[in-house]
Amino acid sequence: MTKTCNCFSQGIRDGLPICLGYLSVAFAFGIFSVEEGLKAWQALAISMTNVTSAGQLAGVPVMVLGLPIYEMILTQFVINLRYALMSISLSQKLDPGVRLLDRFVIAFLNTDEIFAVASGREGMVGRRYLYGLILTPFLGWSTGTFLGAIAGNILPQAVVTALGIAIYAMFIAIFIPPAKHNRAVLAVVLLSAGMSCLFHYLPLLQGVSSGLTIILCAVIASCVLAMIKPIPEEDSAHE
Amino acid sequence: MNNRVFFCYLLAMAGTTYLIRMLPLVLCKKKVQNRFVRSFLYYVPYAVLGAMTFPAIFYSTGGLLSAAVGLAVALVLAYRECSLLTVAASACCAVYLTELIQRLLA
Repeated sequence: MTKTCNCFSQGIRDGLPICLGYLSVAFAFGIFSVEEGLKAWQALAISMTNVTSAGQLAGVPVMVLGLPIYEMILTQFVINLRYALMSISLSQKLDPGVRLLDRFVIAFLNTDEIFAVASGREGMVGRRYLYGLILTPFLGWSTGTFLGAIAGNILPQAVVTALGIAIYAMFIAIFIPPAKHNRAVLAVVLLSAGMSCLFHYLPLLQGVSSGLTIILCAVIASCVLAMIKPIPEEDSAHE
Repeated sequence: MNNRVFFCYLLAMAGTTYLIRMLPLVLCKKKVQNRFVRSFLYYVPYAVLGAMTFPAIFYSTGGLLSAAVGLAVALVLAYRECSLLTVAASACCAVYLTELIQRLLA
């Protein structure tokens, strides 16, 4: 049997680097929202109900410009569709002890980073671990937004820019160890990263939104590797 | 913008985001048996991470040089299998110091 990670304190520990990264990103979102003309409580309300950086950054101008509601829905749908892919993937990692009600709560905080950390754990993940994992990032995201909105200038700019790399460094810490031991993982990371760079630098592809870029790169790279290097049958998915 | 309008937008925004996250997690309860799909889902997290990290990491700080230094520090520490917090905090410090030196030299 595969083992389950279901320890609340381990979840808290794994959530802390996400919290750290979120503080700075949310801080920037708070500053941005107020500059766009929202009140501090509105920025906080958006962060506490959405918990998604790209979606929120795209959503605020739609509000402020007074664009039709369907544009808001469409924008959020395109930018956030990648979460559907992540939720399907995460559903396969959940321990049988995770109940329906837990799924409703966990889904609310299935962000890029929380998904990435949960996926990086060996074996299955349990409910206590997941609750520990989502707690501090949620607090960091909300607190950061509020601080940014009410006092955008309390943190020196040098600190804010330095914190900007936190989330990406964490991503690297998640995929490097398995990539070191498994060439197929290394291949899928390189393939996907390479395509993502093409989308960013090729003029022809630059029109594609960042959310859609992630979906396309991840789906294509994962399909290619699933075809040329399928994982071994049952129970050894984490070889 | 009055409060009623704000809450309409908020509901559309949060509702769309939540449904996208919630429906697959609540509906996919069975273990996938198909080997191709299982392989695909096994690779998805790593592919997502690759696409999200590159090239975005190069634009995550005050400049390309400090980002490259931060990236190098993160790669070395991650290769030594340091904890997430260690890697993230060290990369931030590396970026801070690089930008500090750049300012002093400028």
